[in-house]
Amino acid sequence: MYKVEFSIPFAGPLVTIQDMGRPGNMRYGVSASGPMDRVSFEAANAALGNEKNQTAIEISLGGLILQCKEGPISIAITGGNFTIEYQDQKISSWTVLTIQKGERLSIRAGDAGSWAYLAFSGKINAKNWLGSDATHSTSGFGGGFLKSGQKITIDNPSIKENRIGAILKPEFYLKGPIQAVLGPQEQHFMKPSVERFTRDIFEVSKNYDRMGMQLKGPKLELNNALSIPSEPIIRGSVQVSGDCTPTVLLADHQTTGGYPKIATVISSDIDRLSQLRAGDTFKFSLISSSQAINITRKFLYKKEKYLQKISVARGTLEQRLMSENLIGGYKYN
Amino acid sequence: MLIEKPTFKAIADHALLVSFSNDFSESVHSLVVALDNSIKSNPPIGLLETVPAIVNLLITFDPLITDHIIIQKSILDNMKSMKKNKFKGTKRDVHICYEETFSKDLETISKICGLSKDEVINAHLSGSYNVLMYGFSPGYAYLSGVSDKINIPRKTSAIRDVDAGSVIIAGSQCLVTTLNMPTGWSIIGRSPTLILRNNIKKPFLFDVGDQVNFKRIDIATFEQLKKANQYV
Repeated sequence: MYKVEFSIPFAGPLVTIQDMGRPGNMRYGVSASGPMDRVSFEAANAALGNEKNQTAIEISLGGLILQCKEGPISIAITGGNFTIEYQDQKISSWTVLTIQKGERLSIRAGDAGSWAYLAFSGKINAKNWLGSDATHSTSGFGGGFLKSGQKITIDNPSIKENRIGAILKPEFYLKGPIQAVLGPQEQHFMKPSVERFTRDIFEVSKNYDRMGMQLKGPKLELNNALSIPSEPIIRGSVQVSGDCTPTVLLADHQTTGGYPKIATVISSDIDRLSQLRAGDTFKFSLISSSQAINITRKFLYKKEKYLQKISVARGTLEQRLMSENLIGGYKYN
Repeated sequence: MLIEKPTFKAIADHALLVSFSNDFSESVHSLVVALDNSIKSNPPIGLLETVPAIVNLLITFDPLITDHIIIQKSILDNMKSMKKNKFKGTKRDVHICYEETFSKDLETISKICGLSKDEVINAHLSGSYNVLMYGFSPGYAYLSGVSDKINIPRKTSAIRDVDAGSVIIAGSQCLVTTLNMPTGWSIIGRSPTLILRNNIKKPFLFDVGDQVNFKRIDIATFEQLKKANQYV
């Protein structure tokens, strides 16, 4: 079988293999993992016409350099605004291109975004755990971290000339305050803390990884509730530790914990929150659980429409020129 | 079984937390386990997963299919028939070796508790353990039931790189670690029994609600059993 091979001259920390994750195992202490920004991950696969859950690489601010040892293969890069260097050109992180044997690709932090996704038109060979290739970063189980000096191989590679070019960005999901539903342990907070939570500005701290994002901002004071029994946690929980510091729990969160949760970010807003960086600021807004359901349903509808749109092959450059000529010709007639 | 009325809390757009109490007791936890099992046998439409913990059960669902109100109603319906389905967990044996190299804190525990090392070991073996919940890391199952005789608080700071398979205690809880991880709990022994297993059909040995019995083994048996097992 024909295989594509890349060597990895450099991989920053927290560059991992991911698919859509392994939900259903929280009862065994295993969070679902999967991409930090699921919209961008799905966009990368959609732009190549891949399966929705096809395994890809999540690239952190640390960046990734790949050298194509055996090619060619088409790839898609999405997420944030990363800088890509390819064939002495700098291009946007929302793009599909074909890499040939001997070519080098560098993906590193640009001016915005914390996570980029690199999807291949083929199947990355990765270690599967509990039915998923997603890396659970605290245990290292699943596909795992990419390390400088290692190699990756891709089975069944193909070239998608009719998909080359820029990918439309999912701008529908990027605006407004981060929406959250109060609780489930708001009763363990002093009343002014809940007011501060929606009134004040929060800043993303440097303590940010796949487990969670610690925030700087107003002190969210607890009313001596640090001895509550450990309770289940979900992605998006805003957990507040004894020193009044909030942390939003993300893809590789612990599944249970004893710190009270003041609010929970709704699923549609977790991905864009995850794209913020240390120093970025934002506000929370509180909505009811029924509003949250409505917003999520609308969000999922818009996301599906968007993914459908970008999954349509636009034709090869030649075909695209031809179709434009035909349209032009039609007008003349 | 007395069924108290649980409280329901909507979490974000896709989860519901069902709580039976604010404090742990065996009877509260058995309600959590009973509800978990009753949902398993009669799952509401749109259910994604349930996560049993000490005093509450988390239920996650697909917000495209259902919502908090519908799930809450189906849980209340489930609870009507729960009394009849009292759940009994499976009995599980876990081997433990108390050899000195594996029980780094045995001496400290015996000093704090004013017991000989053998008395500490016997107190540990005599505990009647129950799987309360999983948490912290994959396969970390929190067991309740550590004897009052060896009930000691966690250390003031964590010790790094504690070997996988370590049997650790803190307060009334005991845990068999599955990964090399830091811990502030006291290390009482080492187990070759894999909680996290390379078995697709049953990757985790325990289910929440199972009863656990520690069986003492010597170092030769430990090495033999250890060889037969392999971590993921």
